[in-house]
Amino acid sequence: MLGMFGQYATLMLLGFYPSGNAYDKGVALTVLYLGIAMLGGMLVAGGAAVGIERVAYRPLRRRGAPSLVFLITAIGMSFIIQEFVHFVLPKLTGGTLGGVNAQQPIRLVQPEVQFTIGGAPVTNITLVIILSALVLALATDMFINRTKFGRGIRAVAQDPVTATLMGVSRERVIMLTFLIGGILAGAAALLYTLRVPNGIIYSGGFILGIKAFCAAVLGGIGNLRGALLGGLLLGVMENYGQVVFGTEWRDVVAFALLIIVLMFRPTGILGESLGRARA
Amino acid sequence: MSTSTPAPQTPEGRPTSMPPVGRVATKDRPHGGVGDRFRLWWDAQARPTQWLIGVPFLIFIALVPILNIPVLTTVGTNFGGVMAQFGMIALIAIGLNVVVGQAGLLDLGYVGFYAIGAYTVAILTSPDSPWNQTDEWLSKDWAWLAALPIAVAITSLSGLILGSPTLRLRGDYLAIVTLGFGEIVRLLADNLDELTGGGQGLRGVAYPRVGVTEELPNGVFSAGNAAGTLNSGVWWYWLSLVFIVISLLLVGNLERSRVGRAWVAIREDEDAAEIMGVPTFRFKLWAFVIGASIGGVAGALYAGQVQFVIPTNFNVINSVLFLCAVVLGGQGNKLGVILGAFIIVYLPNFFLGRTELFGIPINGNEIASYRYLFFGIALVVLMIFRPQGLIPVRQKLLAYGRELYVAARRAAQAATRSGSDDGARPGAPAVATASGTTGAARPTAGGTRTGESTTDGEETR
Repeated sequence: MLGMFGQYATLMLLGFYPSGNAYDKGVALTVLYLGIAMLGGMLVAGGAAVGIERVAYRPLRRRGAPSLVFLITAIGMSFIIQEFVHFVLPKLTGGTLGGVNAQQPIRLVQPEVQFTIGGAPVTNITLVIILSALVLALATDMFINRTKFGRGIRAVAQDPVTATLMGVSRERVIMLTFLIGGILAGAAALLYTLRVPNGIIYSGGFILGIKAFCAAVLGGIGNLRGALLGGLLLGVMENYGQVVFGTEWRDVVAFALLIIVLMFRPTGILGESLGRARA
Repeated sequence: MSTSTPAPQTPEGRPTSMPPVGRVATKDRPHGGVGDRFRLWWDAQARPTQWLIGVPFLIFIALVPILNIPVLTTVGTNFGGVMAQFGMIALIAIGLNVVVGQAGLLDLGYVGFYAIGAYTVAILTSPDSPWNQTDEWLSKDWAWLAALPIAVAITSLSGLILGSPTLRLRGDYLAIVTLGFGEIVRLLADNLDELTGGGQGLRGVAYPRVGVTEELPNGVFSAGNAAGTLNSGVWWYWLSLVFIVISLLLVGNLERSRVGRAWVAIREDEDAAEIMGVPTFRFKLWAFVIGASIGGVAGALYAGQVQFVIPTNFNVINSVLFLCAVVLGGQGNKLGVILGAFIIVYLPNFFLGRTELFGIPINGNEIASYRYLFFGIALVVLMIFRPQGLIPVRQKLLAYGRELYVAARRAAQAATRSGSDDGARPGAPAVATASGTTGAARPTAGGTRTGESTTDGEETR
């Protein structure tokens, strides 16, 4: 929960590569291959998340480090992963993966306009992205709110000590959250590359991670539905801003919105009780 | 001196002093290392002696780029230029240290202030800019120096503008908002084409025109002075050293004042500070404004030295790099962060163009290009094993001021010098207690009594 930044920034980036990998093998324009690609991305990103948690975060938690330390570790980790893909991965794979340049795009789905809503064309890619995002969000929401593991996660988020006393394994729960974070980031990476085929580059994850962190903060850290709302709001406002002020002001609008919202709701739109409890 | 917290034990079973109040838990690291011994020795010296040692050391530091020490100089690039860059980053690290290290506010958009400082000077003095004032009310030769206070004023103002709405936020929220601010500044510089030149940047920024000779028609600070040992980089390095010393004195005095104590209180526990009557918002704003103005000076130096500003030099990665310098050197320690800045700037340049090191063949350029990888690893490893940085900060007796603190150390030293009762660890336990507690230890009694009192505290439990 603390290493939000690290999760997003580093893992989205990692997620790119495996999905790129699956593209390499990919043959046809089928949902099956998309599914396999997504699974590959999820596996690698989730695995990396758990690995990072083990190597970098667990020692910090053992010592009870302040949250600033976690954030700095997350930034360091995102540097490491970026540069790993930049320099080390091309050596390991003989130059097929990673490096300075973006990966050759592999278009699995050709964008085709399916129908229009109010004059706006909806392509098959848009449909796939929206549907998968909704399914994943629903699944995660169910997992957090309905299952035993989810209850454990919420308990640890609220009060780690009491949760431990009540028989929740804190370490296991934290590992689980990192795994979920990684898996979702891996899935998002595939959806992103569907939309932006040329986006598979070593430095591509950083700004995306920042945006994702913005969305989570906007909605309120620790609130899943808030994060969804924040993401939607950020995306919509960004694009409205782009139309009103021009393309170059897109990111300015996004960050200005963030600052304005946080001025009036310092813990995000929906993240009130939990945010205050841990502030 | 009994405390409510149990006294921690070192692996040898020796009861240490109370855990330091510092944000970084130093309890897993026993006191009395080389650094502590040096600190003890240094603080025990009289003020004139400190000056006597400090000034020649400063002169040595200033002369490093022209002494041409064999292993120390850089092969691939101009050493003077590297040192000038170091001077600027050191200034930034001092400024960021006020915000991050002393007040404990994670600022990921510090590069924004740096950019504002640089752009203010550039807009006022570059011939590309529509607001160029070099022929109006700024003297042509002294335009840079005249623009400097304006740059500092504008950056302080921007610190105030950013700080006043956002400083109610805490932790992660503050970090992301400041990061957003840094990006907004860069994007503004990129998009306001008429004023900032957009992606083209602004060329021909003014610089101090002094030391004009036959060979150097534009003075020693101009980029034309590139040859030889005494090139423009060295001059800029010396100029930034002046600013470093000024800001060190300023920040050092603030640290020992009411403001500094308030910062420490806010850093350790904001709620507790608020309850004890510290106007936290006001002091956080002060930290932001002071940090910002130092960043503005660094930006002005940068604009003058490079004579060219362009938005891509002010992206988020730089913010992270500055933060890296602060964390690496030791948050809260002024000299530590300068060391951190030196490492950040110097190490990549050290490897640049080097083909062998101590007889071992290496590919220096490749190693230099890996720098972000190494910085990332350094950050993570440091956070795990030494979160307090290379030169950690020690909590001083802020409540009593420096004089009493020194007196306590002298008393401790005198006691150990003459003392027979405390033979096991000369000096160290007493010092650890005197330095590890704020206000709780009575400094005048600190010398001989601490050894027993900590043991007492242990036995009562």
